[in-house]
Amino acid sequence: MRKICLTVVGSFLLFINSFGQSSADSTSDYHSSILRLEETNLVSNYYSQTGNHSAITGGIGTQQLNDYSNIIELKYVKWGLMDRKTTWNFDVGLDHHTAASSAYVSKSGASKTGGTRFYPSADFQVENNEKRTTFGLGAALSFEYTYQSYSVNALYSKHSVDKNSEFSAKANIFLDAVKMVYPSELRPVTSAVTSASSGGGSTPGIPSKLRSTFAASFTFSHVVNKNMQVAFIGDVVAQGGYLGLPFHRVYFTNKTVGVERLPSSRFKLPVGVRFNYFAGDKVIFRTYYRYYADSWGISAHTASIETAVKITPFLSVSPFYRYYTQTTSDYFDPKYGRPVTAAYFTSNYDYSAFNSNYEGINFRFTPLKGLFGITSLSMIEFRYGHYVQTTGLKGNNFSLNLRFK
Amino acid sequence: MQKRNVLAGILAVTAISFLLSSCVTVKEYQKNKINDAEMELSARKVEKGENSFQTYTEGASGANGGKVGGGCGCN
Repeated sequence: MRKICLTVVGSFLLFINSFGQSSADSTSDYHSSILRLEETNLVSNYYSQTGNHSAITGGIGTQQLNDYSNIIELKYVKWGLMDRKTTWNFDVGLDHHTAASSAYVSKSGASKTGGTRFYPSADFQVENNEKRTTFGLGAALSFEYTYQSYSVNALYSKHSVDKNSEFSAKANIFLDAVKMVYPSELRPVTSAVTSASSGGGSTPGIPSKLRSTFAASFTFSHVVNKNMQVAFIGDVVAQGGYLGLPFHRVYFTNKTVGVERLPSSRFKLPVGVRFNYFAGDKVIFRTYYRYYADSWGISAHTASIETAVKITPFLSVSPFYRYYTQTTSDYFDPKYGRPVTAAYFTSNYDYSAFNSNYEGINFRFTPLKGLFGITSLSMIEFRYGHYVQTTGLKGNNFSLNLRFK
Repeated sequence: MQKRNVLAGILAVTAISFLLSSCVTVKEYQKNKINDAEMELSARKVEKGENSFQTYTEGASGANGGKVGGGCGCN
């Protein structure tokens, strides 16, 4: 894994070096009619967690997990006739995780614990200054051993004459396939699989089941005054198909074991508001609240606040705190808590009632002339957070964003 | 739970009324604070990782520009 990360980072730095001298052009007011690389972001993340409620082992068992991810985002811009701005975004992401519970897809604990996910995406947007509209289309793919996803999206937005208000709507369609990797003791004798999450085993002939997701997102943002702005966000999400995971065990009240079974449809309704306030000259409050409800009986509240303090014009430090609470799903019961006669059942603690706290700190540095001899390096952001759930799950998250212009 | 939701609704309507009543037209040259990078009305790029693990470990998702349930073996 270390080799993969170093290769990705090394290739990226070589790539950055190749256009490191072009920053003066890209930041000028000149509108290029040729497609130019305007911005590049490298986002790296490391997350680790511990807990004792793995769904693979039926709600009791280790949740030890480490996840490394690297995403490269490229933004190309060109200006066309009638002052129309066209933006192309190309993203490529690579995650690798090791999850101790994956070993127990086979009852003996011999399955592999590692897995990799690769997810490229591309989209383009055309901004028409005359009509004050933006139209965009995009597509994304995601590949991992047990899960493949293909998606397309469309975006439309319009802003007011004074540019103080903007409305945007986005539609997403995901067509996913879940590979039916069962726990070893519940597996049909014809399929030979050694892992839920990696391609290390012999896998021919394993069937997949389909999952589709249709999502519409609406955002209205508004500049309230010189110091504050607000955005109201609402999503409408409908899912259909196979919505469980086949390697999640459920132990029933009669001590028998089965596989998680969830309804073939789910409707989600999250609505949120962001409110940012610039207090004085150095302090910015970034706040967020979300209410969520779905057709499986879960309702949840999320509230977060982040206070960015500008130590200098180039450095800001932002401690943050997030609180989350949810009710239990209609289909959740802990190990040995559900009768075998129930229509739907899961012991996945993601669907249990719990609260969580997430707190940490964010550093953002915007050097004027770059760093380490790389003049195009325009921003460095580092973020650390500590996460605790009342289920006992604890996690630490480290993130780094390097931006090049 | 229902009482709590009603209370939350009343608070939300009050807050929106307050915000709309305090709206003024802000000219482009007055937007130096609004245009500050820290004032962006979206999650930071550096938050991608935490949005991802929260989507995997919590039942709720969406309304933050991130995942809504499709595209991953998450909730």
